[in-house]
Amino acid sequence: MRYTRSSTMLSVAAIAVLALSACGSDTDSSSDGGGGGDTEAVIVVDGSEPQNPLIPTSTNEVGGGAILDLVFAGLVSYDADGKSQNEVAESIETEDAQNYTITLKEGQTFTNGDPVTANSFVDAWNYGAAAKNAQLSSYFFESIEGYDEASAEGSTVETMSGLEVVDDQTFTVKLAQPESDWPLRLGYSAFYPLPAVAFEDTAAFGENPIGNGPYMFASDGAWQHNQQIELVPNDEYEGPQEAQNGGVTFKIYQNDTTAYQDLISDNLDVLKTIPTSDIKNFKNDLGERSIESPYAGNQTIAIPYYLPNWDGEAGKLRRQALSMAINRDEITEVIFSNGREPAKEFTAPVLDGFNPDLPGSENLEFNPDEAKKLWEQAEELEPYDESEPLTIGYNADKGDHKTWIEAVVNNIKNNLDIEVSGKPYATFKEARTDATDEKLTGALRSGWQADYPSLYNFLGPIHATGAGSNDSRYSNPEFDEKLTEGLAAESVEEGNEMMNEAQEMILEDLPAIPLWYQVAQGGWSNNVDGVEFGWNGVPLYYAITGK
Amino acid sequence: MTWYIVRRFLQMIPVFLGATLLVYFLVFSLPGDATAAICGDRGCTPAVVAGLREQYNLDEPFFIQYLLYLKGVLTFDLGTNFSGRPIATIIAEVFPTTAKLALMALVLEAVFGIVFGLVAGLRKGKLFDSSVLVLSLVVIAVPIFVLGFLMQFLIGVKLQWTNPTVSGDATFTELILPAVVLGLVSFAYVLRLTRTSIIENVNADYVRTATAKGLSRKRVVVVHVLRNSLIPVVTFLGADLGALMGGAIVTEGIFNVNGVGNTLYRAVLNGDGPMVVSIVTFLILIFVLANLLVDLLYAWLDPRIRYA
Repeated sequence: MRYTRSSTMLSVAAIAVLALSACGSDTDSSSDGGGGGDTEAVIVVDGSEPQNPLIPTSTNEVGGGAILDLVFAGLVSYDADGKSQNEVAESIETEDAQNYTITLKEGQTFTNGDPVTANSFVDAWNYGAAAKNAQLSSYFFESIEGYDEASAEGSTVETMSGLEVVDDQTFTVKLAQPESDWPLRLGYSAFYPLPAVAFEDTAAFGENPIGNGPYMFASDGAWQHNQQIELVPNDEYEGPQEAQNGGVTFKIYQNDTTAYQDLISDNLDVLKTIPTSDIKNFKNDLGERSIESPYAGNQTIAIPYYLPNWDGEAGKLRRQALSMAINRDEITEVIFSNGREPAKEFTAPVLDGFNPDLPGSENLEFNPDEAKKLWEQAEELEPYDESEPLTIGYNADKGDHKTWIEAVVNNIKNNLDIEVSGKPYATFKEARTDATDEKLTGALRSGWQADYPSLYNFLGPIHATGAGSNDSRYSNPEFDEKLTEGLAAESVEEGNEMMNEAQEMILEDLPAIPLWYQVAQGGWSNNVDGVEFGWNGVPLYYAITGK
Repeated sequence: MTWYIVRRFLQMIPVFLGATLLVYFLVFSLPGDATAAICGDRGCTPAVVAGLREQYNLDEPFFIQYLLYLKGVLTFDLGTNFSGRPIATIIAEVFPTTAKLALMALVLEAVFGIVFGLVAGLRKGKLFDSSVLVLSLVVIAVPIFVLGFLMQFLIGVKLQWTNPTVSGDATFTELILPAVVLGLVSFAYVLRLTRTSIIENVNADYVRTATAKGLSRKRVVVVHVLRNSLIPVVTFLGADLGALMGGAIVTEGIFNVNGVGNTLYRAVLNGDGPMVVSIVTFLILIFVLANLLVDLLYAWLDPRIRYA
């Protein structure tokens, strides 16, 4: 998950003064950098209730992620385009992509006055990885040497052997194998530092987190559950992400439709997702105050290899036929009013290394004649078992998937003359359980939103053998090897080349059928200015000013 | 009378046990693994899943899970929900809001329903009666979320008389609009019940006697007709309080009220057993209490009814 910013170094003296004057919620100092907007205004934005205590390693959903990204600052951060830049880190150095030496900027502090040291990171990461803490995002540390021992079920090991503190400002990281894109991940929330107080009482800390980011909690209890979370600027923070407003209040909504009513009556300043029912008219309602901004997310349909019709050579031909039978252009235009972009490959256009013209991308183009031909070829190899007609599963509790699933189903039905139907799961967990237990009886839709801006994040966790989100149970040693090679490449550019070579394989095999890329559709009220969305579809909250 | 009330309270114990067991079993039987909801799209490592299962007693068989929950309840510890928050705290947050909303809706529907019903009943077949009947039919026929969104858009967005949504404080003025929407359908029922009941009683012998005795029209209507006509209405209102408390899911969703309905809905989606059972149990207790209150009201409305 997301964020942008680099920071300038504070001198030790300046920090001492600031620490003494401490952290009131008055905001009349600093930050006059904006374009003349009102930098005192408190911005009210939509949010959703964080599902877990606000501890970086136990937050795995966007509601909590948005708060953490404002309250904490990591070693690196991402700018609006998803470029990674040093944030708390002074430097991240390596010679072999396996041993990293990380030096921190001096004089960084948490909002309780504690300095940000090497231990703040190492302790937080060890806490996140150790099995006994059961942190939801523990697998983010899997590359670090010693992760396996610390994270094994029932393990009592509390530290990863690959982490070593050199001095207050320096620590070293040894990875289990070379990975050149590893520093890219360090801006994700799981890698944020924690002050010592966090480990004394994690539950209390999760209610009132203390961070080192551009914002902080307005007061103890600023998180009014299911109602709002009030953040005020952290005056000690200096950097490009510095608050251009007098605070950000996340108002928690149960559904987007309600939030939209608040937006058009100026009771809400920024809405990051326009509800499906208003997609057709939000540009009319809001005019200049609306935005469409592509971000690093996509929608696919995974087809498990353990289904009889979809394995082997015939299965591959059928997958290609299915993909070519779907008219992505028409669906994105008609159903989403161009609020999605037809997919050309497996990642997302905002990423570094994205290439829409990879060999095999023609498999994602609408071509009903070719689709029919491929299907017939498959029939010759192995007749389609009609007793198990294809279903496309989706969860009916969150997001509005039914409409587009039906459109896809109709495309396939009409162009291939086979029996297909949508299969609604009442809840998300039901769908996930079937996927995890290999009990899917058909395909399953799956959306992926990048954690950090890298091609690998769309390939490894979903299509590598045995990966956590590999719903199709695809297993291709050559593909796995290409990914490993790509990770070990000397530069990110070289790595991207290999990632795209790996993509060529899955564009042939189609373990999942890419449909489209996500586009953030949002809007803002008459009271604010300067609303822009980042690479991950989240507004750059710090840059918003009042009018 | 006292003995009657004590007996009714004692009857609540088996109701409580039966209801919690049943609801716990239903949540337990929901398809899907509860940890899948916690882990989200990305999934968790097996070690984390095992840790979560242990933390929430999900690794125990059904009956042990239920007994552990029951033990918690009896020691005044409702446990935590899947976000790690104490359930008692959550209930203390959301119940007052929903209670306020439900009571406001109940008062609105009772007052307006009875007054309109009374007038319509006394003027049976006249213009007022017919138009009120048609109106109530429309209210009953149109789904509640249509009425909700319509009123939110007209009054909140277009006219801006009030905010379209309710803030965290859920003040009295903010809750008026949601309460009107929530009470609207029941208002139509109360109106129709009162009207029918009045029409029946207006021609009863005792009313003719009262009139013949020379009592004023006002006294005849209020003391003799209305009071005797209220028994079915009070029965309905008592049952309705429970429905308003637990059934406000749609209305709470439209107006973003942080109440019982929303909380329950989310808990069901997440398969959060202890949370669902705790809320439902509270609702059942309220339901039972409301019914007891109704039974006691009978005796006041109709002196012929006696409890011993």
